[in-house]
Amino acid sequence: MSERKYTKDHEWVLVEGDVASVGISEHAQEQLGDIVFIELPDSGAEFAQGAQAATVESVKAASEIYAPISGTVVEVNEALVDEPALANSDALGKGWFFKVKIGQPDELGKLMDEAAYQKFVDSLD
Amino acid sequence: MADHQSDLKQTPLHALHTALGGKMVPFAGYAMPVQYPMGILKEHEHVRRQAGLFDVSHMGQVRLSGAGAAAALERLVPVDVLGLAAGRQRYALFTNDAGGILDDLMITNAGDHLFVVVNAACKAQDLAHLQQHLASDCTITPLEDRALLALQGPQAAAVMGRIAPAATRLVFMSAAVVEIGGADCFVTRSGYTGEDGFEISIPAGQAEDIARLLLAEPEVAPIGLGARDSLRLEAGLCLYGHDIDTSTTPVEAALTWALSKARRQDGPRPGGYPGAEVILRQLAEGAPRRRVGIRPEGRAPVREGAELTDGDGRVVGRVTSGGYGPTVGGPVAIGYVESNFAKPGIALAALVRGKPHPVTVAKLSFVPLNYYRG
Repeated sequence: MSERKYTKDHEWVLVEGDVASVGISEHAQEQLGDIVFIELPDSGAEFAQGAQAATVESVKAASEIYAPISGTVVEVNEALVDEPALANSDALGKGWFFKVKIGQPDELGKLMDEAAYQKFVDSLD
Repeated sequence: MADHQSDLKQTPLHALHTALGGKMVPFAGYAMPVQYPMGILKEHEHVRRQAGLFDVSHMGQVRLSGAGAAAALERLVPVDVLGLAAGRQRYALFTNDAGGILDDLMITNAGDHLFVVVNAACKAQDLAHLQQHLASDCTITPLEDRALLALQGPQAAAVMGRIAPAATRLVFMSAAVVEIGGADCFVTRSGYTGEDGFEISIPAGQAEDIARLLLAEPEVAPIGLGARDSLRLEAGLCLYGHDIDTSTTPVEAALTWALSKARRQDGPRPGGYPGAEVILRQLAEGAPRRRVGIRPEGRAPVREGAELTDGDGRVVGRVTSGGYGPTVGGPVAIGYVESNFAKPGIALAALVRGKPHPVTVAKLSFVPLNYYRG
């Protein structure tokens, strides 16, 4: 079981072999409020770390989601198209956004682990 | 954040918002609740189905008194104020010399004075405008010691029936002094949601008690600014600074219904307000562009600033507010288009993040307007 890693932009990454799933954190979904639309990337799209990869529309505003690591999109979560609120109700589970084939594994080491991310979130208040 | 909470003004209900778990954000210089734990979507639906309580104490309440007040106010608005009967309320606009809109407001004839409510973000400027133009003819008193609550929704009248039965005799756009919980309140039957409801002006010291009294009723939930915006958007109502401003005229803004007959070219008191020449000419000849409803296809919200293009890709308009309409169950928007595109059913595209999304020009209200007309 791999460990979930986080970015300062409140995305998470969970590695399964050479593929990583990407989503938004509990803190992010709380801050965004009710999510009504998610624009997902196309399968096959390539992203460099930090590139804009998706857009989340909540009832309040549109927010950009950045690629936490470099890679190629191999799957997107079609369930979010019909039920974007999954990103609120199950941000770390059924609310995943897309999966990427990991481009540069060393990028993972620079992301925050759960404890470091929690500390980071606490420092924002 | 640039806005420090400590620099923000607080309404008389600030402690109550905090106690209710309101998420406070800066708005027009005030700390205001954008939502409560229920969340914007559920708050929105609660108002459409039951009743919601809004704190709108940040808005400006002003009293104009003196025998000349109505005639004086007519110099600033394209509206019949002299003909406004006691106990009646009317929507109005402060216009500038170019026919643009300085603010939108509500005017109520309270019998021995006029009661005016203006937008929070404009209130200092509006007060200066009133002082500059009307001070010689009437007494202008900002009512800074009063709170303003809005109770909105299909169950609002049932709730008021238990707490202040006299208020339920009011019809849409009328007003009365009503005692609530021992306080003298000024109640109008109006609002900003498209639903039946009341706005209640209360002495600041009694505001929290009355808010708690209303919130104790089973139908009533506290509602924040987020749902206030989605409710007014679905009802097609203008948000000042977005859908109307100094660059838009009342005719362009599709507010010709607010231009009273008495102040039109063939009325008894034509013109006589700033920009009348432009506005009356546009009334007669039409305006180059018009505010319309915009219904995007699919689920992606189309927000303020999005350009609208015709079949040839030419920009023919712009969205001035837009988002998700919870009652509609999809995205809705308000915008301006060149007049020949201002007909419901016309297909356009909205550019969202550079990509064209199909949209249709629609009527300005996306939901039925459930006002109580008696």
